[in-house]
Order: sequence, then C-alpha cells, then structure tokens
Amino acid sequence: MTLNSLWFALIVILFTGFFVLEGFDFGVGILAPIVGKSDEERRLLYNSIGPFWDGNEVWLIAAGGAMFAAFPQWYATLFSGFYIPLFLLVIALIARGVGLEYRSKLPAQHWRKAWDTAIFLGSVLPPIIWGIALANIMKGVPIDAQMNDVGSLWGLVNLYSVVCAIALMLLFATHGALFLTLKTTGEIQTRARKAARRTGLWTTIFMLIFVILSYFYSSIFSKTGIDPGTIAVLAGISLISVPFFIRAKKDGWAFLMTSFTIVFSTITVFIDLFPRVMVSSLNPNWSLTIYNAASNPYSLHVMTWIALTLIPIILGYTIWTFWTFRKRLSLHDHMEY
Amino acid sequence: MAVDLARWQFGVTTVYHFLFVPLTIGLGFLIAILESIYVAKNDEKYKKMAQFWMKFFLINLAIAVVTGIFQEFQFGMNWSTYSRFVGDVFGPSLAVEGLAAFFLESTFLGVWLFGWERLPKKVHLASIWLVSLGSTLSAFWILTANAFMQEPMGYAIHDGRAEMTSFGAILTNPQLWVEFPHVFFGAIATGSFFMVGISAWYLLRKRSIDLFQPSFRIATVVALISSILTAVVGHEQAQHEVVAQPMKMAAAEALWNTSPLHAPETLIAGIDAAGHHNTFAIKIPYLLSILSYNRLSGRVQGINQLQQQFVQKYGPGNYIPNVYISFWTFRIMVGAGSLMVLLSLIGLVLFLRDRELKHGWFLKSMLAAIALPYIANTAGWIFTEMGRQPWIVYGLLQTRDAVSPTVSNANVLFTLVGFAFVYIVLLTIGVYLAARAVRQGPDDENEREDGIPSNLLLEPSGGSAS
Repeated sequence: MTLNSLWFALIVILFTGFFVLEGFDFGVGILAPIVGKSDEERRLLYNSIGPFWDGNEVWLIAAGGAMFAAFPQWYATLFSGFYIPLFLLVIALIARGVGLEYRSKLPAQHWRKAWDTAIFLGSVLPPIIWGIALANIMKGVPIDAQMNDVGSLWGLVNLYSVVCAIALMLLFATHGALFLTLKTTGEIQTRARKAARRTGLWTTIFMLIFVILSYFYSSIFSKTGIDPGTIAVLAGISLISVPFFIRAKKDGWAFLMTSFTIVFSTITVFIDLFPRVMVSSLNPNWSLTIYNAASNPYSLHVMTWIALTLIPIILGYTIWTFWTFRKRLSLHDHMEY
Repeated sequence: MAVDLARWQFGVTTVYHFLFVPLTIGLGFLIAILESIYVAKNDEKYKKMAQFWMKFFLINLAIAVVTGIFQEFQFGMNWSTYSRFVGDVFGPSLAVEGLAAFFLESTFLGVWLFGWERLPKKVHLASIWLVSLGSTLSAFWILTANAFMQEPMGYAIHDGRAEMTSFGAILTNPQLWVEFPHVFFGAIATGSFFMVGISAWYLLRKRSIDLFQPSFRIATVVALISSILTAVVGHEQAQHEVVAQPMKMAAAEALWNTSPLHAPETLIAGIDAAGHHNTFAIKIPYLLSILSYNRLSGRVQGINQLQQQFVQKYGPGNYIPNVYISFWTFRIMVGAGSLMVLLSLIGLVLFLRDRELKHGWFLKSMLAAIALPYIANTAGWIFTEMGRQPWIVYGLLQTRDAVSPTVSNANVLFTLVGFAFVYIVLLTIGVYLAARAVRQGPDDENEREDGIPSNLLLEPSGGSAS
C-alpha cells in the first residue's frame, strides 16, 4: 500500500467517523422537536449528546486538516468549488454549537424557542449539504485542466444530489433516534423508537432510489458491474435489518446496524472514487487522483508517523469517554445544556 | 477586487476569532490552577471558584470553537491558489492541530463538565489540565503554520509549489519560538486581566469577598508575571524581525530612510505615506538602536532603501506595507502592554499590603483594564499580518496571487456580509450572557428562581465521587 493510498484510507476513516459520530448528534437535533414535547424533555435530548458532540465535530476538522495536508489540491478544489454550500455548513455548525451551549443559559421561553430552531436548522442542514457534496463528487463536477472547479452553485443541485441529501438526512435521523433509545427511558424512549421506525422506512426508500439513480449518474456500476460488491451489499443488509431489531427492542443492535450502514455506504462511495478523489465531468484526465492531488512523499511520510502515533491515543480516550458516560439519562440528572 | 474582499474576510474573521482564543487559553489555565488548589487543600471555596469562572470560559469557548471551523475552511474557500502552493508545508500543521489539540480539548472539556459526580477528584482535575494543554497546543500548531508564512523554512520549490523538505526545520523555525511565547503569555495575561477585572467588580460591591479576593490575588500575580514575560518576549520578537522582516519593522517605526548610527526611536509621528516622509516626529535618542540590537549604536534600514533592495531581489513592484497602520498598531500594542505591566504591578503592591479593597479607583481601573489585552492582541495581529504585506508567504508568494480564481466577487461579498452579521449577533449575545453571569454571581439563588437547575454550580459537598 502506498502512502497515497494510506492517506486516502485515513481520510475515509476520518469522514466515516465524522458521519457515524456526528450523524447521531445531527439526528438528535433533527428529531428534538418531534421527540421532545416539553422544554425539559428537549433539554434531556440535548444533554444526551452533551459530553460527545464537541469531540465528534473534531472528526470533521481533522478530516479537513488531513485533506489539506495530504491532498492539498483536493482540499483547494473542493473548498473553493463548493463555496456557498460550505459557507452554509459553517453557519449551520455555528448555529447548532452556540445553540447547544447557550440555550439553557436563560429561562425565557422565546430565547429557548429561538435556540431550538437554531439547533434544528443546524442539525438538518449539514447532512443535506454533505449529501449534495457527496453526490456531486461521485457524479463529477466541471474541473478544468488547472484543477479548478468552474461550475456554478446551481450546477450542484440536481435530482441525484437532492435524493442523496434527503437519504443522508433521513439516515442520520434514524441513527439519532436509535441513539436516543439507548440514552433514555420510559415515554421518551418509546417515542424515539417510534421515530426510528418511521424514519428508517423512509431512509430505506430513499437509499434505494439513490442506488438506482447511481446507475445513471455515477460510474459506480460501470466500475463494479451490476453486483456492487460486498461492502455495498453489507450496507444494504445492515439498513434492512434495522426494523427487525427495533421490533425486537434490541436497541443496541439497531444502533449498531445504522452505524454499519453509514460506515459501509461511506466506504462504498470512496471505493467508487478510488484512485480518484474528485471526478472531472469535462475530461476524465482532469480528474483529481490520490497521486496528482497529493503532497510530496516526504510530507506524507512525516504525517504518517504523526497520525500513527496520535490516532491510537485519540481512540483510547474517546472510547474511555463513551464508557464513562454510558449511563442512561433521566430528568433528575445533572443537566449542562 | 476579489483579493480585497478576501483579505477583508480573512482580517475580520481572524481578528474576531482571536478575541475568543486568548481568553480560552488564559482562563482555562487559571481554572486549572484553582481546581488544583481545591484538590490540594480540599477547600470547597476553590471548587466554587473554578465552577464560577467556567461559566465565562464556556460562553467564550462556544464562539471560539464554532468560528474556528471557518478559519480552517477559508484557506480552501478563498485562498485556493495559496492552499495549492503551500499545502505540503502548511497543511500538516493544521492537521496536527486537529489531531493533537482539538480532540484533546473538546473531549476532556466534555469530561470535565459532565464528570463532577462520576470521576475521582484527581481524574477530574487531570481533565481540566488536558483542556488547558489542548488549547495551548492548538495555539502552538497554528503558530507553526503562521511562522512558516512569516519566515519560510524547511521547504523547496518544486513544480511551482513549496514542498516540505524538513519537518525539523519547520518546528525549529526561530520565528515560531519568538511568536509562540509572545502569543501564549499574551493569552495568559488576557485570562488573568479578565479574572482580575471581574473580581474587582465584586470587591467594589463587597459581594462574595471570600471568593473574589483570592481570585483577585491569584490572577494579579499571574497577570504581572505573564504581562512582563509578554513584553520581554515581544522585545526579542521585534529584534528578530529587524533581521527577518526588516520592512515590517521599518514600517512599524515609520522610518523612511536608513537611520544614523545612533538610531533614535520615534515616539509619535505624522505620517505622509504618499510623500514618503513624516510631517513631524517626537524622538528619543539612541532608543531604536537599543531596542533593535541591545546596543547604543546600530543602523536600522529604512523603507526607501529596503524597497530598492526588494525591487532588485524580487523584480518591480511595491513592497511597502501600509505604514500608517503598521506604525499605530505597533504603538497601540506596546502602549496597552505597558499599561498592563504597570497596573498589575500596582495590584501586586496593594495585595501585598492587604489594601486592595480600600482603593476603589484602582478596582475601577482594573475593571476597565479588561479591555487592554483585547486591544493589544488585536493591534498585535493586525500589525504582524499587515506589516508582512504584500507577501502572503514572505518572499515567496504575494497575497494578490493567492486567491481562489473561480470564486466570484459576489460570492465573497455575500459570505463576508453573512459572517459579519452572524458574528455581530454572536458577540452581542456572548457579551450579554457574560454580563448576566456577572450580575448573577456565584450564588445559586437567582438561578433557582429562573428554574435552571444549578447542580453544576453548587452541589452538596462530597458530591464528587472521590
């Protein structure tokens, strides 16, 4: 395995980690208005992600940093090409982060309502934007010979990307609902389970449409043939198994299955791309690959040592944190948010 | 045009972000000290203090974190040519910042906040020190990236891009080792002036003196040490720039022509940038030589001579930064810093004589002095970044050549206005919440009336699971 492939894999891992971990944070934010009937209940929902969401968000920052370091051309093309969507993403993350921190600082109803709205929008927009981005990365954008994306904002909005956006949003909502079934009890847990069943059904429908559209819009099937490969099939099986686990009240398993769905789907997308990192719709030769977009071997080498040292430590304390705060929450607990 | 808008965007968002970063570093460090005293002495008072100051840390950090995301994104969004050019060298520092610093800071902040009742005291204490370490490391890695822009090291130009050749050289860049201590001690000073100032407000009103006198005293000592160290390192940094970035320092002095052998320091001057001269100047003999070289003699190169040298070296062009801004931001920074040293020295004298409660005027000045580090930090960054112009990477790439070629003016303007609007709203809310937290104070009665469970702030003693 070359260092270029290794860094491609590491970035895939960072993005996958971000989607799995922030996925349930976003899901909780999306479902808060539905699952949390009262102010106290919504507080409980926000506190369920309290000790985690900030650390989860760092996966995105680390992914961005790793992309900048290992594939600066990819970073430059993607971030300048997807200018307005990324602006909206930052605004959404600002709204959600500040919303979570500030919401419970004042008791006034209008204050809390306003932040509830901010948290909802800040949770629903990121999956939509990532869905649009991922679909367009797979479909290809007009990248010229100088590696610049010369497309327009409206070029990013098409049937394929919209379906991907909705599917991802629904998938995160399901994932978040299942996270809540693990962190809550009683009435709220029942409501979360119900929400997971509903959003799970719609997720399956939209994911299916997305897979069918991929046949026409992306190169995934031309690359793999009609059988999309084991990993894609595993993604499908994981998703389909979710309702059975929910019905059996095996919430932990159900949550694990949405996690697997996210992991396997993300990997499928990147396998489709490999060794390209962005597809040019103008000329296949102008696509960015893990070779022409990469830093020089020395940089990759240094970065590899740093990453291989730090990542086990990060995983260690992250797992420790999740273990420390594994308990279910109740309305009598300490609430920070 | 696009380059102007992108520069405004970078300037506005970076200065704004850096209003919140120093307090995160400084206050986090002080809270860690307070909790250490709590664990060592087992005195609940210090726990209550740590929890009180944490309120401000959190209000501040919320904005620091969310605005930091855009800092990472905007290199790619607005400055894609720059990102392609230096990605090899600049990217790794940002990546390590994420991996080594942000994960640490945000994970252990969660542990600290939610861990009072779940963790043994010492583990809980370790978590705040790790938060403090994380925010400091974050500053270190971002300054590693910045030091490369100020004084490129450890690279070779290959195929029109800067490629890293020595990570060791990047980490041992002399620029980094004057810049990082200056920023770090400045941040500690920011946190301690904040703590001194807010404590002074309570002391003036004779509220909770048992909590705010110790806060006032601890923070005064830290304020004095850190502001002196900031000044000392700042002096070393200036001496380094005289060699590394002579044009920046010539602009800081509005020194149009190379000085005589015994160079006088210009205290204030009327600057006519178009005519390349000063309309008037008040000078102190020998001082510039002393400041530049620690000697009574030594010439300092002037703007006009440097401009000629640069034209020979880099080709035709204007290599003079905005002299007016460089000159005044430098003076504002040094002036505010000197006032900080003076005020914290008075504070220490009063504290040692046990008289700080008797001097209302002094307490009032310290409340107002909360603004000083913010003024110094902002002026310092504007000076160091604008004094480097027209270069984005000193001697290698000019700012005007670094922008994203495909991003339209309309888009940059749109996001500039968007961020400015959101940031103003955030600042208003943050200041409002901080002011409200001050009024409420460390006692929980008000909060209970508000219906906010206050178990974070006051819990039965023995609440921690030690």
